[in-house]
Amino acid sequence: MPCVQPQYTLSTMAIAFPFSAIVGQDEMKLAILIAAVDPAIGGILVFGDRGTGKSTAVRALAALLPKMRAVVGCAYNSDPAHPFVPEGSPSSQSSPKSPVKSHLISVPVVDLPLGATEDRVVGALDLERALSQGVKAFEPGLLARANRGFLYIDEVNLLEDHLVDLLIDVAASGENVVEREGLSVRHPARFVLVGSGNPEEGELRPQLLDRFGLSVEVKTPTDLAGRVEVVKRRDAFERDPTVFTEQWKKEDEKIRKRIVAGRTRLPAVLISDAARERAAQLCMALGTDGLRGDLTLIRAARAYAALQGDAAVTDVHFKRIAAPALRHRLRRNPLDDSGSTVRVDRAVAELMGA
Amino acid sequence: MSSVVAALLAVDPCGLGGVSLRALASPLRDEWLSLFKKLLPAGTPLRRIPLNINDAALLGGLDLGATLSAGRPIAQQGVLAHADGGVVMLAMAERVPLGTAARLAAVLDTQEVAIERDGLALRLPVRLGVVALDEGMADDEQVPAALLDRLAFLVRLKPNDQDDEDSDWQAKDIAFAREILPRISVSDDVVKALCAAALALGVHSLRAPIFAIRAARCAAALDGLLDVNDAHAALAARLVLAPRATQLPPTQADTEVPPPDEEQGDQQKDQPKEQSKAQQAEQPGAQPDKNGDESPDQPDLPPDETPPNNEQDTRSEALAESVLEAAQAAIPDGLLAALHVGQAAKARAQAAGRSGAVQKSQTRGRPMGARRGEPRAGSRLNVMETLRAAAPWQRLRERQNPTPLDAKHKRIHVRREDFHVTRFKQSSQTTTLFVVDASGSSALNRLAEAKGAVELLLADCYVRRDHVAVLAFRGKTAELLLPPTRSLARAKRSLAGLPGGGGTPLATAIDAARELADQIKRRGETPIVVLLTDGRGNIARDGSSGRAQAADDASTAARQLRLAGITALLLDTSPQPQLAAEALAQEMGAAYVPLPYAGAQAVSRVVQLASAAAK
Repeated sequence: MPCVQPQYTLSTMAIAFPFSAIVGQDEMKLAILIAAVDPAIGGILVFGDRGTGKSTAVRALAALLPKMRAVVGCAYNSDPAHPFVPEGSPSSQSSPKSPVKSHLISVPVVDLPLGATEDRVVGALDLERALSQGVKAFEPGLLARANRGFLYIDEVNLLEDHLVDLLIDVAASGENVVEREGLSVRHPARFVLVGSGNPEEGELRPQLLDRFGLSVEVKTPTDLAGRVEVVKRRDAFERDPTVFTEQWKKEDEKIRKRIVAGRTRLPAVLISDAARERAAQLCMALGTDGLRGDLTLIRAARAYAALQGDAAVTDVHFKRIAAPALRHRLRRNPLDDSGSTVRVDRAVAELMGA
Repeated sequence: MSSVVAALLAVDPCGLGGVSLRALASPLRDEWLSLFKKLLPAGTPLRRIPLNINDAALLGGLDLGATLSAGRPIAQQGVLAHADGGVVMLAMAERVPLGTAARLAAVLDTQEVAIERDGLALRLPVRLGVVALDEGMADDEQVPAALLDRLAFLVRLKPNDQDDEDSDWQAKDIAFAREILPRISVSDDVVKALCAAALALGVHSLRAPIFAIRAARCAAALDGLLDVNDAHAALAARLVLAPRATQLPPTQADTEVPPPDEEQGDQQKDQPKEQSKAQQAEQPGAQPDKNGDESPDQPDLPPDETPPNNEQDTRSEALAESVLEAAQAAIPDGLLAALHVGQAAKARAQAAGRSGAVQKSQTRGRPMGARRGEPRAGSRLNVMETLRAAAPWQRLRERQNPTPLDAKHKRIHVRREDFHVTRFKQSSQTTTLFVVDASGSSALNRLAEAKGAVELLLADCYVRRDHVAVLAFRGKTAELLLPPTRSLARAKRSLAGLPGGGGTPLATAIDAARELADQIKRRGETPIVVLLTDGRGNIARDGSSGRAQAADDASTAARQLRLAGITALLLDTSPQPQLAAEALAQEMGAAYVPLPYAGAQAVSRVVQLASAAAK
């Protein structure tokens, strides 16, 4: 284009704002780290005020997370330990014992933009090959690309209903089944679903809400110092993203090490029967639907303990994690209209002391 | 003032996001637009986005014609991609669907268009500014907040707004400003001052101060200076922060002070500073290093800062104040007043979200695009979309299933999975449910007014095709005087026969209102409950008399109404506004409007406002 653009706007798109430079929003950052340590947590929902850096935090993830090993040329980023081979593909005929080639890749953080069509989300017939060669071939979609990574939906409450239905199904089963245009394909699609949005624009269906393991509420900071810091850092980043990112590299590296350490410690973190009972008591006190609340609570507490370097799950971990793990699972009580966060906090205080 | 906005935006359309231009289509608006066009460098793309644009045209998609003739998929760029490096104009921005606004917001955020459509996966860099042409007139017609938050300027064009000193910008000034823009520095004082002003004005989003800083930078660039000075900061505060104000700075709100112009004119520097310092201390969110517990001579600085001399500290405070003052002076008239009545009802109504207000319908309403699906249950086949979906596969299908040689025409292969049906959007009807206190305490004063108001609203309903229902309560029961209707004659008749007197069974009335509102909701309409009462119930749910029990029951009933997610409005009809009524309104999540001596006209106006906000 002929028109001259100011320099700083040119480069912002390439480099993401560093995760460690995000001011405040501790609950959101913690939820993201927990999902990074244990992706089985089942997704994060970030709801709250505008201009609080919801998208910034998620988009910073790709640069933050430690790289992972994947099969070379695999459209599903599959793990070399258990390579996924689509049925009927030429490689399935080759000897299964031959070692697969693998390489290190960044953990995929896939954006599902509004306006995406169903065929691109689940995958569809490869148009190019169908048109030019008349061949029926499957072209993987966004769900395939997000396998073993993160799938991010900004403004999740504005997503088309039929896409929501698809996601609910895939997020629960970890497998994407495509039956369309004469194709029949199933492939793994295990990802951490990250949704963000503003509650004023509509609420989420309870079924989709339930798929999110953790739900985080973000608010704009109201203290001047914090706000000045946010604005300054943003400004510095926009003026020179490269230098700014360089400055925060060490901090990012620290967080990365914490994630790696957390992942290695995770299987060893002890959950005593007493702790399990605690979680059950808490869920019963709050009357959460189903068992997913219990499971998520224990899982998140374990991941948090691993992240903190603790050997066993205790009340400390439950206290910190109860609100994000449970607040979106409460039934509305007609005689108690206080916010769900308050209700969770109250139940925690009753059970475990302040 | 508005021409400064044009100049600033022309310097950095992408960084500033754009402007929301609130004005009807008028010579004034055309003038502004042509000025803006003149200032943009030659060749800058300018595209117009029509209302209800579909995704293919907005974002891009598969170019069917080219694809078929070339035999390989060919992408078609959307309006946004075509406008890269320039500006898009959003027509009738106040009616833009939330979805379109969100797509635009995503582009402004990421500066690229992400296309995941029709078998294409593309990311095109798109840097653009948005000129949202907001033709809204009433307070409830607003550009979607998600979009407004990403536009630096909110401008209301007015005919006699000719206070421009520097309206003679030329395109070459802009070009020069663009060149030096990356080199312009902003001092920490300016950043702090703008952040403080945003906080004091109740501007919560952090995008606003960021935009203010960018705007200040553009202003400096226009002046050919490499440093942002106080005047630039004040201008930015006036243009970016003031129109977003949700509160007056505590100086004015808390205490009775002389009007600002007097303050500025008579006393020089010291007095206003003392005042605002004192008030900043009262403000809960104020920062320790900014508020008044430090004496002016001995600034109590945080330890990590290098101790600057007093001169600099006072300078930064003076700057913060002048920035705030500038912003305050520019707060449009009536903005805050509008917030008071409109906002409360609006926030709740929006929170209720898609369920009530706008419904997707299969059969009628405004077309809202097509989706894959079979024409069943009365939904209509969209022939164009179906053929479009079938088109790319023709060659493949022809090969699998060739047309018989003796056929006259080549067959078009349409299969089941190609079927697309049209979706429609239908705004649901509003039913205003009046709950009228006809008890002894209220009847005397207000019953006639309530009747008058209902009649006025009914007249209005002929135009808006809304329904009205009336529930009256007195003695021990609540009685449905008028089931939801549009019939003026019937309503008048039943209202005329409404007698007054007896106890106030408030809880029973609220329960009855909730039940009726639920029924209305289930029919797919949006209920609005308007409760006219003095809030002094004296009959409990079980029919026994006694104020304490009655009040208890009433507040329980009110909470249940709130949890049912019903928009409500409480008009306090007692001669003196009552605390009890206000508390009840709060429990109900209702907007509280005391109407000590208002006539039927006033009642009807308030209700119309609330119902408009609920849509």
